[in-house]
Amino acid sequence: MVITRGFSGRGRPAGQYSGRVPPGQHLVSDFPVLTAGPTPRTHLEHWSLSLRDAERDLTVLSWADFEALPQSEMTTDIHCVTKWTKLDTVWRGVTVDDLLKGAGLTNPPGRFVTAECDGGYTTNLPVADLIDGKAMVATHFGGDPLTPAHGGPARLLVPHLYFWKSAKWVRGLHFCDRDHPGFWESLGYHVYGDPWREQRYTGDA
Amino acid sequence: MTSAALLPLRWRTATVIARRPETPHVATLVLDVPGWPGHKAGQHVDLRLTAADGYEAQRSYSIASANDGTAVAITVERVADGEVSPFLLDDVRVSDDLELRGPIGGYFVWSLEDGNPLLLIAGGSGVAPMMSILRARAQALKPPAARLLYSSRDQASIIYRDELDGMTAATDGPRILYTLTRERPVVWSGALGRVDRVMLERIGFPPTDDPLAYVCGPTPFVEQVAADLVALGYAEERIRTERFGPTGAN
Repeated sequence: MVITRGFSGRGRPAGQYSGRVPPGQHLVSDFPVLTAGPTPRTHLEHWSLSLRDAERDLTVLSWADFEALPQSEMTTDIHCVTKWTKLDTVWRGVTVDDLLKGAGLTNPPGRFVTAECDGGYTTNLPVADLIDGKAMVATHFGGDPLTPAHGGPARLLVPHLYFWKSAKWVRGLHFCDRDHPGFWESLGYHVYGDPWREQRYTGDA
Repeated sequence: MTSAALLPLRWRTATVIARRPETPHVATLVLDVPGWPGHKAGQHVDLRLTAADGYEAQRSYSIASANDGTAVAITVERVADGEVSPFLLDDVRVSDDLELRGPIGGYFVWSLEDGNPLLLIAGGSGVAPMMSILRARAQALKPPAARLLYSSRDQASIIYRDELDGMTAATDGPRILYTLTRERPVVWSGALGRVDRVMLERIGFPPTDDPLAYVCGPTPFVEQVAADLVALGYAEERIRTERFGPTGAN
């Protein structure tokens, strides 16, 4: 450990929050935006969400189809790899469990998922991290429809992993049996991204 | 990315070898990083500060220098009530040690092979990675055409002003258009007001030249500029953005 001369650290989280801030993170009260390109704007009448396996579409949902699925609310902390953590964010959407159930699937059709998004962004996740209430496709933040800058109309929400895994503008979940690194994962970021183990970059333990 | 960049990024101990005030709220720290593997223009580093009791704070900073041996320059803007930037600006001295790792990032990067006319659009301290790109470009024998549109609050807030003006004056130098959002000088050859489509058309390249655009600044700035570039006909996949700061910042 290299002590930084003169640094005392006045940004440490208050005691009641300290167990909720992963290593190297700091709390923010606003909601920063980080995106690798222009913000896509998809009108709801052109929006769809597909679940696919290696061969075919398992289901393609229109906005109305999606809205008709059971809606869930999730209150959770989120952690961005650029070092900010935001507590008690409130989301609404459809859990991946309910998406699978809605498609008539009793088991996920693969061990990994690549989330595919407007603008060409992709990210990869183990299916185990998406099911059992761990993740949703979210359409509302803090009670309001998600703005385009924050991924609206719909983004993935996988709050226990670094937030780049919560892909904005999600349009497809592609199930497969092998893990294929997505956009940031191919550019030096960690393939899994657990904030509590500080898995920021390729090779972090 | 080169394969070397995909090796684990280990923390290195860097030594501050120079401190340069840039504006009243911005300074550049030049660090000597033994074993630095080199970087591409536009990449960043993570800095880690550790208090005596083990408490750590980490932040990311764009690299402002071109690839230059083991010297790495970062340009730090004071964040009011911030934890790290006031420390770096007020307390860090030459010969202090700081921990960092990098280079990080394989998207908002430029190297000579990317070629193409380059349109760089910066808001405030978002000019730091653009400086890395312009400095890397200045080292090239046959640099691609480049233009910089740089928005600042006022003249005193223009970072790297002398060096940028020096670059412009050089053969093959970039064309630069400054714009000021909070000051209207009596004598001023730049633009006034926030970056808009008129300014982008004045300084930019025709979309048919297939320009590569880099946009860096506060989020609302980047959102607006990127949307304007798309509206002007720039290909979305040729617009690379990097945002910083809170959503509501100007």
